[in-house]
Amino acid sequence: MSGLLAAVDQTGSTGEQIVFWVCALVAVVGAVGMLVSRRAVHSALFIAATMISLAVLYITQGAPFLGMAQIVVYTGAVMMLFLFVLMLIGVDSTESLVETLKGQRIAALVLSIGFGVLLFAAIGNVSVNLAVGIDGANATDGGNVEGIAHLIFDRYLLAFEVTSALLITAALGAMVLAHRERHTPRKTQREQSQDRVRSGEPQNLPGPGVYALHNAVGTPGLLPDGQPTDRSVPEPLRGVSAAVGVDHEDTLRVNALAAGGAIIPVTKEDES
Amino acid sequence: MSPFSGALAPAAGEISAAAATGTFTQMWLLIALPLLGAAILLLLGRRTNAWGHWVGVLMSLGSFAIAVSIFLKMMQESGGNRAFTQHLFQWISVGSFQVPFDLRIDQLSMVFVLLITGVGTLIHIYSVSYMSHDRERRRFFGYLNLFVAAMLLLVLADNYLVLYVGWEGVGLASYLLIGFWFYKETAAVAAKKAFVVNRVGDVGLSVAVMLMFVTFGSVTFEGVLASAPKASQTSLTLIGLALLLAACGKSAQFPLQSWLLDAMEGPTPVSALIHAATMVTAGVYLIARSNAIFNAAPTAQTAVIIIGAITLIMGAIIGCAKDDIKKALAGSTMSQIGYMVLAAGLGPIGYVFAIFHLLTHGFFKATMFLGAGSVMHGMNDQVNMRRFGALRTVMVVTTVTFFAGYLAILGIPPFAGFYSKDKIIESAFAHSTLVGLVTLVGAAITAFYMTRLVAMTFLGKARWPDDAHPHESPAMMMIPVSILAVLSTVSGFLLLHNNWIVNWLEPVVGFEEPVLGFNVNILQYGTLAIVLISAALGYVLYARRPVPQVAPVGSLLTQAARADLYGDAVNEAVFMRPGQYLTRFLVWFDNKVVDGAVNGSAALLGGLSGRARRTQNGFARSYALTMLGGAALVIVALVLVRL
Amino acid sequence: MNPANYLYLSAILFSLGAVGVLVRRNAIVMFMCVELMLNACNLAFVSFSRINGNLDGQVIAFFVMVVAAAEVVVGLAIIMTIFRTRRSASVDEANLLKY
Repeated sequence: MSGLLAAVDQTGSTGEQIVFWVCALVAVVGAVGMLVSRRAVHSALFIAATMISLAVLYITQGAPFLGMAQIVVYTGAVMMLFLFVLMLIGVDSTESLVETLKGQRIAALVLSIGFGVLLFAAIGNVSVNLAVGIDGANATDGGNVEGIAHLIFDRYLLAFEVTSALLITAALGAMVLAHRERHTPRKTQREQSQDRVRSGEPQNLPGPGVYALHNAVGTPGLLPDGQPTDRSVPEPLRGVSAAVGVDHEDTLRVNALAAGGAIIPVTKEDES
Repeated sequence: MSPFSGALAPAAGEISAAAATGTFTQMWLLIALPLLGAAILLLLGRRTNAWGHWVGVLMSLGSFAIAVSIFLKMMQESGGNRAFTQHLFQWISVGSFQVPFDLRIDQLSMVFVLLITGVGTLIHIYSVSYMSHDRERRRFFGYLNLFVAAMLLLVLADNYLVLYVGWEGVGLASYLLIGFWFYKETAAVAAKKAFVVNRVGDVGLSVAVMLMFVTFGSVTFEGVLASAPKASQTSLTLIGLALLLAACGKSAQFPLQSWLLDAMEGPTPVSALIHAATMVTAGVYLIARSNAIFNAAPTAQTAVIIIGAITLIMGAIIGCAKDDIKKALAGSTMSQIGYMVLAAGLGPIGYVFAIFHLLTHGFFKATMFLGAGSVMHGMNDQVNMRRFGALRTVMVVTTVTFFAGYLAILGIPPFAGFYSKDKIIESAFAHSTLVGLVTLVGAAITAFYMTRLVAMTFLGKARWPDDAHPHESPAMMMIPVSILAVLSTVSGFLLLHNNWIVNWLEPVVGFEEPVLGFNVNILQYGTLAIVLISAALGYVLYARRPVPQVAPVGSLLTQAARADLYGDAVNEAVFMRPGQYLTRFLVWFDNKVVDGAVNGSAALLGGLSGRARRTQNGFARSYALTMLGGAALVIVALVLVRL
Repeated sequence: MNPANYLYLSAILFSLGAVGVLVRRNAIVMFMCVELMLNACNLAFVSFSRINGNLDGQVIAFFVMVVAAAEVVVGLAIIMTIFRTRRSASVDEANLLKY
């Protein structure tokens, strides 16, 4: 702790300037990156970078407790929660960046920039070059953590207690919201299989690309020219298949083709 | 005539009344009995068809019996102590607006109660026979009882709001009875017309009641009338004019006279009871009852006189031209009520005679209407007088009774009209010569058209339709008519005997001796002479000469009179058409402008919302963009603040 | 060196994270961008701590980490659940909740 404090013992030191500009750059880039990423996961990673850089800035400003809390609570817990929810609702989903609300994007940009300009004006209006510095305050109780603890458990005790109530309420609320009431007893495996047999379609559906008249195992699939083929029928069932009109020659031809043989021309003598 | 003997110091009537005790506490039964009858007949429906009419008669008769017992009891009290009130319940109690449901019986109410229940009972009995062929006779009696109850409530009310209830009640009963044969379009339309025109008058009464509450803080007779002399002239004039409007509506006075002639579409007993004897005189009652207001508002009084005079002449002219016997009588009713209203407008010298004439008119006009009903009964419901003639030969009783009424309305001594009408003419001359002359002219025209009516119906040659077999009506019809005929003959003399009616009514409505600038006898003989000459002219024209079966075109005045002096045409042009245009405009305005604004804003909001909705496109990234924009704006704001 | 350079770096990273959230459709990548933005913030906090000469910034950064951890746990559980039902981790496809 004292080592961290040593890094910020003086406002406006060169070290702090370097740290500020680097971290400010990272924070802004992270914020912009979060803004423009199509994937929510990328946004989450970008904002994590911003938060960490902010944590560094807290520490440089003589708030090591907050900096640590920022890392642990925000980047550690909150962002993990975000990612967790993202996983739950589909990590692959991307968001179209095309605006659907008319004028929303322009208005948002204009208003936000205007808002920022106003904030700049306000800060410039009241800012003082001379900062008191946090070191004195930190030293009063023998350290930053002790100082904050002193304030929290003394002057802000009531607010602190209220916050605890808020946290409890939030936890309960999250449970209530996330909870789903089950109204029927869970089906056993036996019941599930019985249901499937009774549904009239006990077997799996045919695979994609197979043009079957119906999905009985013995039904041959159809070739691209519309001819049925018993190649789709399991060996033991060939011949005894309920299917009619299976072109066995064709099956042979295809088998030969598959084996690397020449194309056997189609005999037309059957046609009458 | 003998001058009036009573020393009548107070000009205005007294309003105070004692709480009812003993017999007087039964006054609520006067209303309750016919109301019960109406409820039984109308609620039980067809089950009472067989005996329902007798329930109606009994209830009316019971009410009359109670009225007589109260009357006899009242006779025993002294003149100033004959008013009694009965508190039934507190009706409205809102802050300072307190309206008790109180009844009041005094001398004025008493004569009305006797007239309503007495004539009402006779007409009930008459109707049993007259309506015997009507399948809906039970319903007719239900309505008739309803009318009697409402009319009694009107005259027994102790405040203007309860009076208003009765006022609306008689309006409803009148509507139901005019439209009794509602399957006839003319009857249905006439009922609607009567109701609508009455509504105009009712607005006047409601405005009057509101003004009273504003002015006096009370609507009871005692609260209003006792403090009337203290109120401002403007308020009193306004209240008086509003009351006059109400009276015009109910009593078919100009300019709301148009409904009465059409109201003859109702059964004849209805015309006799409601549209001759009782309901149409409610306006006179209202003015006489509100005498304190009118006494203190000379402008309103003048308006009352003018309205009365116009209607008096109008009704008489219309009566001259009508060939429909009932419509001729209706014109006569208008005219006679015009007399009463005019008399009521004369102030304390006229109120008593207005009520007096109201009573005698109630008798003789009911006699004549029922007689007309008897004629129609015998002539297959024919009403065209040009198809009557010579009915004296087959309908003796009807003819005799009708002539009693005829002589009474003409004012031939000693028939009732002579006493009452002469008193009004005398009071009119006492008021001013112009008003007196109007009443005199009215009397002359009355003599003419009544002679015309009688001559065309009973005298001359028979012009009956081929299928008509005129016959005398059954006794059950003719006995009530006979009783009324007797009353038409003697009531005037009896009531004015020893100034009884004057002394009786004076405590309520006040009295002032009419003072003439010349000898009363000259006026009486002059009036009689004019009436006789006029009657002779009518006799010559309609009894001596043959009457054409189809009405000749006639002069412009005749045509105008046949068209009710264009009352309907004026109403149509002045009120109906502009009203229709206004309604159309309002409908257009409502559809295009009001609905357009509402629907337009709804559509606008809906459209905007539809557009704004599209920004919720469900894409989380779009929302994020918006959030970022918002955050940028926040920073812009912060930077700007810092700069 | 001017410590503001750290802040500039933080701003750049934050903006890049923002662009990522806006243009990428994969929920997991979007999540990573969010994490990047959180990290940019943490960097700023640590720099602030140094500029101001106290440890509070570091403590905050510590809490950010704790919360981020909790978030990741729940978020990933959600993504799992969605993926389970929709067979996709694209955020554009989960667009039923709309007008």
